[in-house]
Amino acid sequence: MSENEVKNLEAIFEARIARDEKIEPKDWMPEKYRQTHIRQISQHAHSEIVGMLPEGNWITRAPSLRRKAALLAKVQDEAGHGLYLYSACETLGISRDELYEQLHSGKAKYSSIFNYPTVTWADMGAIGWLVDGAAIINQVPLCNTSFGPYARAMVRVCKEESFHQRQGYEIMLTLCNGTQEQKEMAQDALNRWWWPSLMMLGPTDDASVHTEQSMKWKLKRKTNDELRQQFIDQTVPQADLLGLTIPDPDLKFNEETGHYDFGPIDWDEFWQVVKGHGPCNKERMNARVNAWEEGAWVRDAAMAYAEKQTAKKVAKAS
Amino acid sequence: MTKNWPLWEVFVRSKNGLEHRHFGSLHAADAEMAMENARDVYTRRNEGVSIWVVESKYITASNPQDNGELFEPAQDKIYRHPTFYDLPDDVKHM
Repeated sequence: MSENEVKNLEAIFEARIARDEKIEPKDWMPEKYRQTHIRQISQHAHSEIVGMLPEGNWITRAPSLRRKAALLAKVQDEAGHGLYLYSACETLGISRDELYEQLHSGKAKYSSIFNYPTVTWADMGAIGWLVDGAAIINQVPLCNTSFGPYARAMVRVCKEESFHQRQGYEIMLTLCNGTQEQKEMAQDALNRWWWPSLMMLGPTDDASVHTEQSMKWKLKRKTNDELRQQFIDQTVPQADLLGLTIPDPDLKFNEETGHYDFGPIDWDEFWQVVKGHGPCNKERMNARVNAWEEGAWVRDAAMAYAEKQTAKKVAKAS
Repeated sequence: MTKNWPLWEVFVRSKNGLEHRHFGSLHAADAEMAMENARDVYTRRNEGVSIWVVESKYITASNPQDNGELFEPAQDKIYRHPTFYDLPDDVKHM
Protein backbone atom coordinates (compact mmCIF):
# COMPACT_ATOMS: atom_id res chain seq x y z
CA MET A 1 0.00 0.00 0.00
CA SER A 2 1.37 3.43 -0.91
CA GLU A 3 1.80 6.14 1.69
CA ASN A 4 -1.05 8.11 0.17
CA GLU A 5 -3.41 5.17 0.29
CA VAL A 6 -2.63 4.62 3.98
CA LYS A 7 -3.22 8.32 4.69
CA ASN A 8 -6.55 8.07 2.93
CA LEU A 9 -7.56 4.98 4.92
CA GLU A 10 -6.50 6.69 8.13
CA ALA A 11 -8.67 9.69 7.33
CA ILE A 12 -11.68 7.45 6.69
CA PHE A 13 -10.91 5.57 9.91
CA GLU A 14 -10.67 8.70 12.07
CA ALA A 15 -13.90 9.99 10.56
CA ARG A 16 -15.69 6.77 11.47
CA ILE A 17 -14.61 7.10 15.09
CA ALA A 18 -15.59 10.76 15.14
CA ARG A 19 -19.08 9.67 13.99
CA ASP A 20 -19.18 7.25 16.96
CA GLU A 21 -19.05 4.21 14.69
CA LYS A 22 -17.54 1.12 16.29
CA ILE A 23 -14.42 -0.55 14.93
CA GLU A 24 -14.61 -4.35 14.71
CA PRO A 25 -11.65 -6.75 14.63
CA LYS A 26 -11.57 -7.43 10.87
CA ASP A 27 -11.89 -3.75 9.92
CA TRP A 28 -8.83 -1.95 8.64
CA MET A 29 -7.13 -0.03 11.43
CA PRO A 30 -3.90 1.94 11.77
CA GLU A 31 -1.11 -0.17 13.24
CA LYS A 32 -0.79 2.29 16.11
CA TYR A 33 -4.47 1.83 16.99
CA ARG A 34 -3.96 -1.92 17.08
CA GLN A 35 -0.82 -1.69 19.23
CA THR A 36 -2.29 0.85 21.64
CA HIS A 37 -5.35 -1.32 22.13
CA ILE A 38 -3.30 -4.46 22.67
CA ARG A 39 -1.31 -2.57 25.29
CA GLN A 40 -4.29 -1.13 27.13
CA ILE A 41 -6.62 -4.14 26.97
CA SER A 42 -3.91 -6.58 27.98
CA GLN A 43 -2.80 -4.33 30.81
CA HIS A 44 -6.40 -4.28 31.95
CA ALA A 45 -6.69 -8.09 31.69
CA HIS A 46 -3.42 -8.60 33.59
CA SER A 47 -4.69 -6.28 36.34
CA GLU A 48 -7.78 -8.44 36.81
CA ILE A 49 -5.69 -11.60 36.99
CA VAL A 50 -3.01 -10.23 39.34
CA GLY A 51 -5.79 -8.46 41.28
CA MET A 52 -7.04 -11.84 42.45
CA LEU A 53 -3.86 -12.43 44.45
CA PRO A 54 -4.14 -9.81 47.24
CA GLU A 55 -7.73 -10.87 47.92
CA GLY A 56 -7.16 -14.59 47.51
CA ASN A 57 -4.96 -14.14 50.56
CA TRP A 58 -8.06 -13.69 52.76
CA ILE A 59 -10.55 -16.21 51.38
CA THR A 60 -9.67 -18.92 53.88
CA ARG A 61 -9.67 -16.42 56.76
CA ALA A 62 -12.89 -14.54 56.03
CA PRO A 63 -14.70 -13.88 59.33
CA SER A 64 -18.01 -15.52 58.33
CA LEU A 65 -19.47 -17.80 55.70
CA ARG A 66 -21.38 -14.82 54.24
CA ARG A 67 -18.16 -12.86 53.81
CA LYS A 68 -16.33 -15.88 52.45
CA ALA A 69 -18.97 -16.62 49.80
CA ALA A 70 -18.98 -12.97 48.72
CA LEU A 71 -15.19 -12.72 48.54
CA LEU A 72 -14.96 -15.97 46.62
CA ALA A 73 -17.58 -14.72 44.15
CA LYS A 74 -15.71 -11.43 43.76
CA VAL A 75 -12.40 -13.15 43.05
CA GLN A 76 -14.14 -15.47 40.59
CA ASP A 77 -15.59 -12.40 38.84
CA GLU A 78 -12.08 -11.01 38.51
CA ALA A 79 -10.94 -14.20 36.82
CA GLY A 80 -13.94 -13.85 34.51
CA HIS A 81 -13.15 -10.21 33.76
CA GLY A 82 -9.59 -11.15 32.93
CA LEU A 83 -10.88 -13.80 30.52
CA TYR A 84 -13.35 -11.44 28.78
CA LEU A 85 -10.54 -8.96 28.29
CA TYR A 86 -7.96 -11.47 27.08
CA SER A 87 -10.48 -12.67 24.48
CA ALA A 88 -11.15 -9.10 23.36
CA CYS A 89 -7.41 -8.53 23.08
CA GLU A 90 -6.87 -11.71 21.05
CA THR A 91 -9.23 -10.40 18.35
CA LEU A 92 -6.43 -7.92 17.54
CA GLY A 93 -4.20 -10.75 16.39
CA ILE A 94 -2.12 -11.55 19.45
CA SER A 95 -2.26 -15.01 21.06
CA ARG A 96 -3.11 -15.77 24.67
CA ASP A 97 0.34 -17.27 25.09
CA GLU A 98 2.06 -14.13 23.89
CA LEU A 99 -0.05 -12.10 26.31
CA TYR A 100 0.92 -14.31 29.26
CA GLU A 101 4.54 -14.21 28.15
CA GLN A 102 4.45 -10.39 28.20
CA LEU A 103 3.03 -10.39 31.72
CA HIS A 104 5.44 -12.98 33.06
CA SER A 105 8.52 -11.37 31.53
CA GLY A 106 7.56 -7.97 32.91
CA LYS A 107 7.16 -6.46 29.44
CA ALA A 108 3.47 -5.76 30.07
CA LYS A 109 2.32 -3.84 33.10
CA TYR A 110 -0.63 -4.29 35.42
CA SER A 111 -2.21 -1.84 37.83
CA SER A 112 0.41 -0.84 40.40
CA ILE A 113 -2.10 -0.98 43.26
CA PHE A 114 -1.94 -4.77 43.40
CA ASN A 115 1.66 -4.55 44.54
CA TYR A 116 0.57 -3.47 48.01
CA PRO A 117 0.09 -6.09 50.73
CA THR A 118 -3.25 -7.03 52.33
CA VAL A 119 -2.32 -7.24 55.98
CA THR A 120 -5.69 -7.19 57.77
CA TRP A 121 -9.27 -8.20 57.03
CA ALA A 122 -10.14 -4.48 56.78
CA ASP A 123 -8.05 -4.41 53.60
CA MET A 124 -10.78 -6.48 51.93
CA GLY A 125 -13.20 -3.69 52.80
CA ALA A 126 -10.86 -0.92 51.67
CA ILE A 127 -10.05 -2.65 48.38
CA GLY A 128 -13.69 -3.19 47.48
CA TRP A 129 -14.67 0.32 48.46
CA LEU A 130 -11.68 2.30 47.12
CA VAL A 131 -9.87 0.17 44.54
CA ASP A 132 -13.03 -1.14 42.89
CA GLY A 133 -14.56 2.32 43.30
CA ALA A 134 -11.66 3.87 41.38
CA ALA A 135 -11.81 1.04 38.84
CA ILE A 136 -15.50 1.69 38.18
CA ILE A 137 -14.84 5.38 37.56
CA ASN A 138 -12.14 4.38 35.09
CA GLN A 139 -14.24 1.70 33.41
CA VAL A 140 -17.70 3.18 32.97
CA PRO A 141 -16.58 5.57 30.19
CA LEU A 142 -14.91 2.61 28.42
CA CYS A 143 -18.32 1.02 27.77
CA ASN A 144 -18.50 3.56 24.90
CA THR A 145 -14.98 3.13 23.59
CA SER A 146 -14.47 2.79 19.84
CA PHE A 147 -13.22 -0.81 19.66
CA GLY A 148 -16.30 -3.07 19.70
CA PRO A 149 -14.95 -6.14 21.55
CA TYR A 150 -13.43 -3.97 24.29
CA ALA A 151 -16.63 -1.95 24.72
CA ARG A 152 -18.73 -5.13 24.94
CA ALA A 153 -16.40 -6.68 27.51
CA MET A 154 -16.53 -3.49 29.56
CA VAL A 155 -20.34 -3.45 29.60
CA ARG A 156 -20.28 -6.89 31.19
CA VAL A 157 -17.47 -5.97 33.59
CA CYS A 158 -19.22 -2.81 34.77
CA LYS A 159 -22.49 -4.64 35.41
CA GLU A 160 -20.68 -7.06 37.71
CA GLU A 161 -18.35 -4.60 39.39
CA SER A 162 -20.95 -2.73 41.39
CA PHE A 163 -21.40 -5.63 43.81
CA HIS A 164 -17.66 -5.58 44.45
CA GLN A 165 -17.71 -2.04 45.69
CA ARG A 166 -20.86 -2.49 47.76
CA GLN A 167 -19.55 -5.59 49.53
CA GLY A 168 -16.34 -3.67 50.34
CA TYR A 169 -18.22 -0.72 51.77
CA GLU A 170 -20.39 -3.07 53.83
CA ILE A 171 -17.25 -4.61 55.35
CA MET A 172 -16.02 -1.12 56.27
CA LEU A 173 -19.41 -0.19 57.70
CA THR A 174 -19.53 -3.31 59.87
CA LEU A 175 -16.03 -2.64 61.21
CA CYS A 176 -16.88 1.02 61.88
CA ASN A 177 -19.95 0.00 63.85
CA GLY A 178 -17.91 -2.54 65.84
CA THR A 179 -15.44 -2.25 68.69
CA GLN A 180 -12.87 0.54 69.00
CA GLU A 181 -10.23 -1.88 67.78
CA GLN A 182 -12.27 -2.80 64.70
CA LYS A 183 -12.85 0.83 63.85
CA GLU A 184 -9.13 1.51 64.16
CA MET A 185 -8.51 -1.39 61.80
CA ALA A 186 -10.81 0.23 59.23
CA GLN A 187 -9.07 3.61 59.65
CA ASP A 188 -5.68 1.96 59.25
CA ALA A 189 -6.79 0.29 56.02
CA LEU A 190 -8.09 3.61 54.67
CA ASN A 191 -4.79 5.26 55.61
CA ARG A 192 -2.83 2.71 53.63
CA TRP A 193 -5.12 2.43 50.56
CA TRP A 194 -6.15 6.05 50.05
CA TRP A 195 -3.08 7.38 48.25
CA PRO A 196 -2.43 4.28 46.13
CA SER A 197 -6.10 4.47 45.04
CA LEU A 198 -5.62 8.06 43.87
CA MET A 199 -2.46 7.03 42.00
CA MET A 200 -4.34 4.17 40.40
CA LEU A 201 -6.17 6.67 38.17
CA GLY A 202 -2.86 7.37 36.46
CA PRO A 203 -0.26 10.11 36.22
CA THR A 204 -1.37 13.76 36.09
CA ASP A 205 -2.51 15.00 32.69
CA ASP A 206 0.69 16.93 31.98
CA ALA A 207 2.75 13.76 32.66
CA SER A 208 0.51 11.32 30.81
CA VAL A 209 1.99 10.48 27.43
CA HIS A 210 -0.96 8.62 25.94
CA THR A 211 -3.91 10.84 26.91
CA GLU A 212 -4.27 12.94 23.75
CA GLN A 213 -4.25 10.05 21.26
CA SER A 214 -6.42 7.92 23.54
CA MET A 215 -9.03 10.67 23.84
CA LYS A 216 -9.24 10.87 20.05
CA TRP A 217 -9.84 7.14 19.78
CA LYS A 218 -12.35 7.26 22.65
CA LEU A 219 -10.12 4.82 24.47
CA LYS A 220 -10.27 7.45 27.11
CA ARG A 221 -13.22 9.78 27.54
CA LYS A 222 -12.05 11.74 30.56
CA THR A 223 -8.52 12.68 31.57
CA ASN A 224 -6.77 11.12 34.59
CA ASP A 225 -7.13 14.32 36.60
CA GLU A 226 -10.85 14.57 35.85
CA LEU A 227 -11.37 10.95 36.91
CA ARG A 228 -9.34 11.49 40.08
CA GLN A 229 -11.37 14.56 41.03
CA GLN A 230 -14.59 12.64 40.44
CA PHE A 231 -13.35 9.79 42.63
CA ILE A 232 -12.39 12.12 45.47
CA ASP A 233 -15.65 14.08 45.28
CA GLN A 234 -17.76 10.98 45.56
CA THR A 235 -15.61 9.12 48.10
CA VAL A 236 -15.14 11.81 50.76
CA PRO A 237 -18.84 11.87 51.79
CA GLN A 238 -18.75 8.04 51.93
CA ALA A 239 -15.83 8.24 54.38
CA ASP A 240 -17.75 10.81 56.44
CA LEU A 241 -20.67 8.40 56.64
CA LEU A 242 -18.34 5.73 58.02
CA GLY A 243 -16.93 8.21 60.53
CA LEU A 244 -13.43 7.74 59.10
CA THR A 245 -10.84 10.42 58.33
CA ILE A 246 -9.22 10.66 54.91
CA PRO A 247 -5.44 10.79 55.53
CA ASP A 248 -4.92 14.13 53.78
CA PRO A 249 -4.57 17.28 55.93
CA ASP A 250 -5.03 19.46 52.82
CA LEU A 251 -8.37 17.92 51.85
CA LYS A 252 -11.00 20.66 51.89
CA PHE A 253 -14.24 21.37 50.06
CA ASN A 254 -13.86 24.34 47.76
CA GLU A 255 -17.13 26.31 47.67
CA GLU A 256 -16.06 28.14 44.53
CA THR A 257 -15.29 25.14 42.34
CA GLY A 258 -17.75 22.76 44.01
CA HIS A 259 -14.96 20.17 44.29
CA TYR A 260 -12.60 18.98 47.00
CA ASP A 261 -9.08 20.39 46.95
CA PHE A 262 -6.48 17.81 47.94
CA GLY A 263 -2.83 17.57 48.90
CA PRO A 264 0.12 16.60 46.68
CA ILE A 265 0.41 12.98 45.56
CA ASP A 266 3.76 11.24 46.03
CA TRP A 267 4.45 10.41 42.39
CA ASP A 268 7.93 9.11 43.21
CA GLU A 269 6.25 6.29 45.10
CA PHE A 270 3.98 5.62 42.11
CA TRP A 271 6.87 5.37 39.65
CA GLN A 272 8.89 3.22 42.05
CA VAL A 273 6.03 0.72 42.24
CA VAL A 274 5.43 0.83 38.47
CA LYS A 275 9.13 0.13 37.91
CA GLY A 276 8.93 -2.99 40.06
CA HIS A 277 10.07 -1.73 43.45
CA GLY A 278 6.73 -1.85 45.29
CA PRO A 279 6.30 -3.93 48.43
CA CYS A 280 4.91 -7.01 46.63
CA ASN A 281 5.90 -6.82 42.94
CA LYS A 282 8.18 -9.86 43.16
CA GLU A 283 5.75 -11.87 45.28
CA ARG A 284 2.87 -11.24 42.86
CA MET A 285 4.83 -12.21 39.77
CA ASN A 286 6.28 -15.29 41.45
CA ALA A 287 2.81 -16.46 42.44
CA ARG A 288 1.52 -15.88 38.93
CA VAL A 289 4.45 -17.55 37.13
CA ASN A 290 4.36 -20.52 39.52
CA ALA A 291 0.65 -21.03 38.94
CA TRP A 292 1.27 -21.02 35.20
CA GLU A 293 4.30 -23.28 35.23
CA GLU A 294 3.01 -25.75 37.77
CA GLY A 295 -0.25 -26.00 35.84
CA ALA A 296 1.54 -26.88 32.59
CA TRP A 297 1.16 -30.64 33.06
CA VAL A 298 -2.59 -30.22 33.62
CA ARG A 299 -2.98 -28.24 30.40
CA ASP A 300 -0.91 -30.80 28.51
CA ALA A 301 -2.87 -33.71 29.96
CA ALA A 302 -6.20 -32.10 29.02
CA MET A 303 -4.97 -31.55 25.47
CA ALA A 304 -3.63 -35.12 25.19
CA TYR A 305 -6.96 -36.48 26.46
CA ALA A 306 -8.90 -34.37 23.96
CA GLU A 307 -6.72 -35.59 21.10
CA LYS A 308 -7.13 -39.20 22.19
CA GLN A 309 -10.91 -38.84 22.32
CA THR A 310 -11.00 -37.28 18.86
CA ALA A 311 -8.81 -40.08 17.46
CA LYS A 312 -11.13 -42.68 19.01
CA LYS A 313 -14.17 -41.03 17.39
CA VAL A 314 -12.45 -40.90 14.02
CA ALA A 315 -11.48 -44.59 14.29
CA LYS A 316 -15.03 -45.56 15.18
CA ALA A 317 -16.50 -43.59 12.27
CA SER A 318 -14.20 -45.14 9.66
CA MET B 1 5.05 -30.97 24.03
CA THR B 2 3.08 -27.86 24.91
CA LYS B 3 0.21 -27.40 22.56
CA ASN B 4 -2.18 -24.52 23.19
CA TRP B 5 -5.83 -25.07 23.88
CA PRO B 6 -7.90 -23.98 20.87
CA LEU B 7 -10.25 -21.00 20.87
CA TRP B 8 -14.04 -21.49 21.12
CA GLU B 9 -16.92 -19.10 20.49
CA VAL B 10 -19.74 -19.07 23.02
CA PHE B 11 -23.42 -18.46 22.22
CA VAL B 12 -26.01 -18.15 24.96
CA ARG B 13 -29.82 -18.18 24.87
CA SER B 14 -30.77 -15.84 27.70
CA LYS B 15 -34.31 -17.20 27.96
CA ASN B 16 -36.63 -19.43 25.98
CA GLY B 17 -38.22 -17.56 23.13
CA LEU B 18 -35.00 -15.67 22.34
CA GLU B 19 -32.22 -16.70 19.98
CA HIS B 20 -28.71 -17.71 21.01
CA ARG B 21 -26.48 -14.66 20.92
CA HIS B 22 -22.70 -14.43 20.69
CA PHE B 23 -21.35 -13.80 24.22
CA GLY B 24 -17.60 -14.06 23.70
CA SER B 25 -14.87 -16.63 23.41
CA LEU B 26 -12.60 -18.78 25.54
CA HIS B 27 -9.91 -21.44 25.36
CA ALA B 28 -10.57 -25.10 26.15
CA ALA B 29 -9.04 -28.47 25.29
CA ASP B 30 -12.31 -30.00 24.03
CA ALA B 31 -16.03 -29.34 23.65
CA GLU B 32 -16.91 -30.65 27.09
CA MET B 33 -14.41 -28.33 28.77
CA ALA B 34 -15.52 -25.45 26.55
CA MET B 35 -19.06 -25.99 27.79
CA GLU B 36 -17.98 -26.08 31.45
CA ASN B 37 -15.81 -22.99 31.05
CA ALA B 38 -18.58 -21.15 29.18
CA ARG B 39 -20.89 -21.80 32.09
CA ASP B 40 -18.38 -20.38 34.58
CA VAL B 41 -17.20 -17.46 32.49
CA TYR B 42 -20.43 -16.28 30.87
CA THR B 43 -23.37 -17.39 33.04
CA ARG B 44 -22.44 -16.67 36.66
CA ARG B 45 -25.60 -14.60 37.14
CA ASN B 46 -28.40 -16.50 35.43
CA GLU B 47 -27.58 -15.01 32.04
CA GLY B 48 -28.66 -18.10 30.18
CA VAL B 49 -30.77 -21.23 29.82
CA SER B 50 -28.83 -22.78 26.92
CA ILE B 51 -25.25 -22.63 25.65
CA TRP B 52 -23.68 -23.42 22.29
CA VAL B 53 -19.92 -23.68 21.87
CA VAL B 54 -18.17 -24.01 18.54
CA GLU B 55 -14.48 -24.06 17.80
CA SER B 56 -13.64 -20.68 16.27
CA LYS B 57 -11.81 -22.20 13.30
CA TYR B 58 -15.13 -23.57 11.99
CA ILE B 59 -16.66 -20.12 11.60
CA THR B 60 -16.38 -18.53 8.18
CA ALA B 61 -16.66 -14.76 8.45
CA SER B 62 -17.22 -12.22 5.70
CA ASN B 63 -14.45 -9.73 5.11
CA PRO B 64 -15.24 -6.04 5.68
CA GLN B 65 -13.37 -5.31 2.43
CA ASP B 66 -16.15 -7.11 0.57
CA ASN B 67 -18.88 -5.11 2.26
CA GLY B 68 -19.58 -3.07 -0.86
CA GLU B 69 -20.12 -6.08 -3.03
CA LEU B 70 -22.07 -7.94 -0.35
CA PHE B 71 -24.32 -5.33 1.14
CA GLU B 72 -24.55 -2.31 -1.14
CA PRO B 73 -26.81 -3.95 -3.74
CA ALA B 74 -29.58 -3.94 -1.11
CA GLN B 75 -29.38 -0.18 -0.70
CA ASP B 76 -31.03 0.81 -3.98
CA LYS B 77 -33.83 -1.74 -3.73
CA ILE B 78 -36.14 0.56 -1.88
CA TYR B 79 -39.11 -1.18 -3.49
CA ARG B 80 -38.57 -3.92 -0.92
CA HIS B 81 -39.88 -1.59 1.76
CA PRO B 82 -43.58 -0.82 2.35
CA THR B 83 -43.01 2.96 2.33
CA PHE B 84 -42.02 2.79 -1.37
CA TYR B 85 -45.68 2.42 -2.38
CA ASP B 86 -47.91 5.51 -2.55
CA LEU B 87 -51.42 4.88 -1.35
CA PRO B 88 -54.14 7.41 -0.52
CA ASP B 89 -54.62 8.16 3.17
CA ASP B 90 -58.17 6.84 2.95
CA VAL B 91 -56.96 3.27 2.63
CA LYS B 92 -57.14 1.75 6.10
CA HIS B 93 -55.50 -1.32 7.65
CA MET B 94 -52.63 -1.50 5.22
